[in-house]
Amino acid sequence: MTQQFYVSPEQLMKDRADFARKGIARGRSVVVISCADGIALIAENPSPSLHKIGEIYDKIAFAAVGKYNEFESLRQAGVRYADVRGYSYDREDVTARGLASVYAQSLGAVFTAEQKPFEVELAVAEVGVTREQDHLYRLTFDGSIADENGFVVMGGLAEQISDVVNGAWEPELSLAGAMRLALRALATNKEVEELPATAVEAAVLYRASESNRGSRRAFRRLLPDDMTRLLTEES
Amino acid sequence: MQDPSTGPLATQATSSFTEHLQRSRPELLPFTQSLPAGMVPSSPHATTIVALTYAGGVLMAGDRRATMGNIIASRHIEKVFPADQYSVLGIAGTAGLAIDITRLFQVELEHYEKIEGTLLSLVGKANRLGAMIRGNLPMAMQGMAVVPLFAGFDHVSGVGRLFSYDVTGGRYEEQEHHSVGSGSVFARGALKKLWKPNLSEENAVAVAVEALYDAADDDSATGGPDPVRKLWPVVYTVDRSGNRRVPERDLAAIAGAIVESRAAAGREA
Repeated sequence: MTQQFYVSPEQLMKDRADFARKGIARGRSVVVISCADGIALIAENPSPSLHKIGEIYDKIAFAAVGKYNEFESLRQAGVRYADVRGYSYDREDVTARGLASVYAQSLGAVFTAEQKPFEVELAVAEVGVTREQDHLYRLTFDGSIADENGFVVMGGLAEQISDVVNGAWEPELSLAGAMRLALRALATNKEVEELPATAVEAAVLYRASESNRGSRRAFRRLLPDDMTRLLTEES
Repeated sequence: MQDPSTGPLATQATSSFTEHLQRSRPELLPFTQSLPAGMVPSSPHATTIVALTYAGGVLMAGDRRATMGNIIASRHIEKVFPADQYSVLGIAGTAGLAIDITRLFQVELEHYEKIEGTLLSLVGKANRLGAMIRGNLPMAMQGMAVVPLFAGFDHVSGVGRLFSYDVTGGRYEEQEHHSVGSGSVFARGALKKLWKPNLSEENAVAVAVEALYDAADDDSATGGPDPVRKLWPVVYTVDRSGNRRVPERDLAAIAGAIVESRAAAGREA
């Protein structure tokens, strides 16, 4: 029979956190920026079909970095949570805050109880009527939750990219401006000045989608062509 | 929320919202209750829906009346709804159940789209609706039937298509036009005379409104245009670019023209 060695709880948690951090640091980054026209979500992702960004509900979107199978199951669980809630109460009663706290509980439970923690970091974004009413939540592998103002950067080079975004972000940024800022920030540590539209996955939560776009669903995925059109129209 | 860490997530995973509710929250489904024996008290019933194809699309229209026995339960009820961007459904039968089934169907389609990242095919949507109507069969046997009509634009074949249902969930594709509800016999008679191949969208809306007018003329449970309260039928068109609700202003003009032409003819309808 093998003898179980004593490991202090501090050491155990630290090992788990280091393990998760290492997994996340290997991944490519995601930038979520709240701007005048809505919320822009941009992920460095060469695959056109394996998404890191997804629609959760009318005004709520999801972005993640880390292991695909883990964040995909969290995304699907989030869609189920939101749809059940919206169906049993009302569509208005689905909020990013509620969703983020459920995610926090799930991630926290997995971090302490399971064999291995989730190697993921999530952002939950909700677009409001005005920019001040936008909500951005950032959730880490251990279930801690942070309410961010303006933008969220996650993934491998989060700190460096965050510095770039922080230097240029302002509340009056247009959608194209936010996209351009994200493309420039994601090119940190690369030889190019700005990532091409084909190297990223992009989506938008449009502000006031009912009046501007005739749909209560604010989320829209931007294909590389849409991105190019958006960026050239503006400049 | 389903805990994603529980092992057999893969076996639990489903893209269907209804299946998810059946497993985790069956009490939320509109049709799982088992009813005790006895008479169901009278409840509002939704009446006539017409649908027809036209060049480049399909449209659906419903009157605004719900009845409860000999009483008019509602003059304002809406019975035609967008199911998703490219399809619409209309409901006849027990209004309370029908509206909940509509809501469930709308969430079902949106849920699939979000989970899978792609739209269901038109026939796939029609089959899902059929499964829900079959789920309602025990309620139908208690006298609370729901009979929908489903229409949508099929991007593969590039035409608008129509599907009707029976209470057992049987799905039948209809050609040209169809109608359900208490006034459907009269509406269908009118449609047979008024419908022509390759109608323009504008003329198709007029045909639908006139068919409902004829249904209201002979069926007491179907409401005609109401110029006093400014109530007109609800009409949705679906074409390649998606569904669109025909504005009240247009419907008022069309209904006005129909009443005028009938009055001018000065005959017994």
